[in-house]
Amino acid sequence: MKILYFAWLREKIGKGQEDVDLPGHVTTVSDLLDWLADQSDAHQQAFADRASVRVAVDQRHAKLDDAVSGAAEVAFFPPVTGG
Amino acid sequence: MIKVQQEDFNLGQELAALTSGNHRIGGLCSFVGLVRDMQQGPEAISAMTLEHYPGMTEQALADIEAEAHARWPLEASLIIHRYGRMEPGDQIVLVAAASPHREAAFEACHFLIDWLKTKAPFWKLEETPEGAASWVDARDTDDVAAARWGHPDKKS
Repeated sequence: MKILYFAWLREKIGKGQEDVDLPGHVTTVSDLLDWLADQSDAHQQAFADRASVRVAVDQRHAKLDDAVSGAAEVAFFPPVTGG
Repeated sequence: MIKVQQEDFNLGQELAALTSGNHRIGGLCSFVGLVRDMQQGPEAISAMTLEHYPGMTEQALADIEAEAHARWPLEASLIIHRYGRMEPGDQIVLVAAASPHREAAFEACHFLIDWLKTKAPFWKLEETPEGAASWVDARDTDDVAAARWGHPDKKS
């Protein structure tokens, strides 16, 4: 699965993209956040304030309890500030 | 029509192209967002860089445009959003809606920019003249503005 990071999440984690092989118990966005946070100190710090993290599964806005199983691409980013 | 681009746009040319040849259009409403510098002195902004999510950005804008067409009788619509580095006074975004009547054009234009601000994946990084950079925080007032239009599954 391809994981993407944008804005300050990208800066804190130190990369904009990584490919991961998820263990079977990771089935929701929330599971994925827990699993990623354990990957490194940088991940841990980037995801420390979950209220300021938004997610998209296969390029659609998603919520914490949405499924990630079978998704090709999951992105994490701060609340958007365009316009 | 959706355009996500680095280069600037010409407002007059874009609006003329949008309505060209369609004589059912009786009203065209547009909104242009500019890079703003409200700070004076050391807090002044020298530039802003817009980051986006290629692929999802276009999809999100297309969804917002489709929602506007579902809610109002529009003949044409346009969203142009730039990314990359811009300076105060530069154009960032253009939304436009055209309809036989002005009410739908006004409302749809307002809707497009309100929803875009809370749903389209763009992030602003501000730079000061000293070279310090900081990510702009999302504003609660933008959520309130977007919420007035309700949700796709609960049409107001």
